[in-house]
Amino acid sequence: MARKTIRSIPQERAFMPVLDAKNRATNFEEVSLGFDEQNALVECERCLICPEPACIPGCPVEIDIPGFISKMLKKDYHGAWDTLTDSTFLPAVCGRVCPQEDQCEGVCAVAVSGGLEPVAIGRLERWLGDMAIEKGWKNESHIEPNDYRIGIVGSGPASMACAADLAKAGCKVTVFEALHAPGGVLRYGIPEFRLPNSVVDAEIGNLEKLGVEIRCNTLVGRLFTVEQMLDEMGYDAVFIGTGAGYPSFMDIPGENFNGVLSANELLTRCNLMQAGKFPNFDTPLEIGRKIAVIGAGNTAMDAMRVSKRLGAEEVTCVYRRTEAECPARLEELHHAMEEGINFQWLTAPVEILGDSNKNVRAIRCQRMELGEPDDSGRRRPVPIPGSEFEFEADTVVYAIGTAPNPILGQTSDIKLNKWGYIDTDETLATSLAGVYAGGDIVTGAATVILAMGAGRRAAASIRDYLGIRDSMVVYEPENMGFENTLFGIDAAEKNFVHVRQI
Amino acid sequence: MSSSDTHESAAAGQPGQEETTPGAETVATTGFPIVARTDFSRTTFLLEIEHPQMARAARPGQFVIVMLDDHGERIPLTIADFDRDKGTITLVIQAVGKSSREMQSRCQVGGALFGLVGPMGIPSEVSDAKKVICVGGGLGVAPIFPQARAFKEAGAHVIGVVGFRSANLVFWEEKFRSVCDEFIICTDDGSAGIKGLVTQGIEQAIAEHGDIDEVVAIGPPIMMRACAEATRPHKIKTMVSLNPIMVDGTGMCGGCRVRVGGKIKFACVDGPDFDGHEVDFDDLMARLQRYRPQEAEAMEQWLENCRRLQVEEVR
Repeated sequence: MARKTIRSIPQERAFMPVLDAKNRATNFEEVSLGFDEQNALVECERCLICPEPACIPGCPVEIDIPGFISKMLKKDYHGAWDTLTDSTFLPAVCGRVCPQEDQCEGVCAVAVSGGLEPVAIGRLERWLGDMAIEKGWKNESHIEPNDYRIGIVGSGPASMACAADLAKAGCKVTVFEALHAPGGVLRYGIPEFRLPNSVVDAEIGNLEKLGVEIRCNTLVGRLFTVEQMLDEMGYDAVFIGTGAGYPSFMDIPGENFNGVLSANELLTRCNLMQAGKFPNFDTPLEIGRKIAVIGAGNTAMDAMRVSKRLGAEEVTCVYRRTEAECPARLEELHHAMEEGINFQWLTAPVEILGDSNKNVRAIRCQRMELGEPDDSGRRRPVPIPGSEFEFEADTVVYAIGTAPNPILGQTSDIKLNKWGYIDTDETLATSLAGVYAGGDIVTGAATVILAMGAGRRAAASIRDYLGIRDSMVVYEPENMGFENTLFGIDAAEKNFVHVRQI
Repeated sequence: MSSSDTHESAAAGQPGQEETTPGAETVATTGFPIVARTDFSRTTFLLEIEHPQMARAARPGQFVIVMLDDHGERIPLTIADFDRDKGTITLVIQAVGKSSREMQSRCQVGGALFGLVGPMGIPSEVSDAKKVICVGGGLGVAPIFPQARAFKEAGAHVIGVVGFRSANLVFWEEKFRSVCDEFIICTDDGSAGIKGLVTQGIEQAIAEHGDIDEVVAIGPPIMMRACAEATRPHKIKTMVSLNPIMVDGTGMCGGCRVRVGGKIKFACVDGPDFDGHEVDFDDLMARLQRYRPQEAEAMEQWLENCRRLQVEEVR
């Protein structure tokens, strides 16, 4: 086959249908419909199969991207999925929610040196993940059980990736989840129209097929401590993946009026508790007519789009920087704009105003301009004097980030850093021997795939700590010497005439 | 509802049930088993739930979050008692809205709760106070009991003050008396003990003892505020247990945030106990009204469904 060049590949991305913006903003159906087979194959053709691909290190879990794409081109879809799942445990999830423009697709040669749209790696990953769910494919791993027991705290993406890797290594893994349903942010945070619950269920089902036990309704730190897991309960190692979760408020006047809530509360009521189906489900959620969402990350986009779907007439995003600094995924921002969300860039709230019944009636904001870059290199927003203005709102949603959950800090001797996150070394080991941590509880709020990467790294460290051999590594025989081999044939292997490659 | 096929529909019209509500099915038998139930009054009942691990971990002042079934909401309930030998925890519930009414009709011995998580919150600090007043108003009598017991065990002189609307609502009197050195009962209508509010009981105790170190009060917010105001002029430390609206109970949503000493605190992980003199009770009470219309709607629909089922059953 002639080598593909930037000129010979399809110049445009393959077509992926998306629900019409007008209709979709009234329901919770998934917005992006995914490729069909034909379009998936067209998109595969766009990959140059680079010999030294930048996309692999661009992916936090280092998926062999050209590897799975070449298998897809041969229509070996199961093989492609096997390649994918060597590295990722949640392809159907990550294909949907990763910020690919900052990761694999951001460094794709087709875009960087070819000037075209990058290969739609995320959409291809999703297509394979969905096919695997539809066909019921399983990870055909041959697990050799060992006697090690691992306790995992939390059931979000970091924990799931860690649990999967340790289960594959033969450990008996138990995952403890405080809520009544597993999945962490995939369950309570990311809404149905972006990540259907059926996809989350299927991926968690795969975890259980690996022999992982998931115990819901278990609040570690209160029901038992991390220390007790190691002493009394007999776990050989513990992984903490409890996430950040504790929502931040700004401490401006009026924050305790009725109608002010965190995006976490809004999303939990809607996604986990199904408040949109009240009163068939018991959890209520009052969404007013005019909603202001403070912040412009993915959580803010989700909160705005959920509000719209719950019937809000007017949804406004209030963000103190400009569109260029907006931390949300590009695709989500575009979808939100298409669905009619208003954006107030360079705007910061200064006060929430209430009526005599202590309900929110308006929000007072001031305009900002960008000043000198701060420590993080981003230009700091500076208020413009005299620019204050008010606009009407009956609900104010805070999506300005989260702080670490204090429970484990309150109840164990584990060392925290000055911001209250768990302190770890580069192997993700904490100050307690045998206890590892990863994901948002270590780094602060980040992405699903970064959490998964951390979970996998911690799993590798736990294997090292317990002295479990890594099945991905070829080990040299321990007693290398002439007496153990016969012309290079391993004498210990009696049933096979087998020449070791050294 | 898809959940109904996993439920045994048996309990409706069984003898011993005070109010037979049609459609009253016991909850699924998987989950957290209900091993005992006592009805104190038409609206107040006690459930004992088997959960050995939680019985070992629970401390006075902590609470749980309960879900009746997979369509249910998560509701916080204080742990009224725990028995480490039997491996059970005790919840005392007042049927005030849809979920608690439904629990009243469906939670029977042999059934189970779909969700039960805890113990949550920071345990109450059993200080080295020598003389304490433990105040319980209505349902608050249940959660104040383990605290009174803990103070007694720590060697304090415990004065129990309990308040009810009338004598027929009184419960746990003997149990409570057994851990108190003095016991004052107050009723709104004077049908038992002092006629009046718990604050009168507190005033009486303060008048008799000049050396009260601490007051601990649990009950409706309006009562806790009154207690805090009663002790403020005497400068007696007063701890209250706040009951804001909660969803997850793990510090994830901030639905339970309260204003204490001018700062935002989450009652589920920073409390639920706070210094009563610092709490902004107006704020707490306003925020508790948040879902009144929805609460009424849920209740209305549930009663309507019950009526409809009753008609169908008669047919």
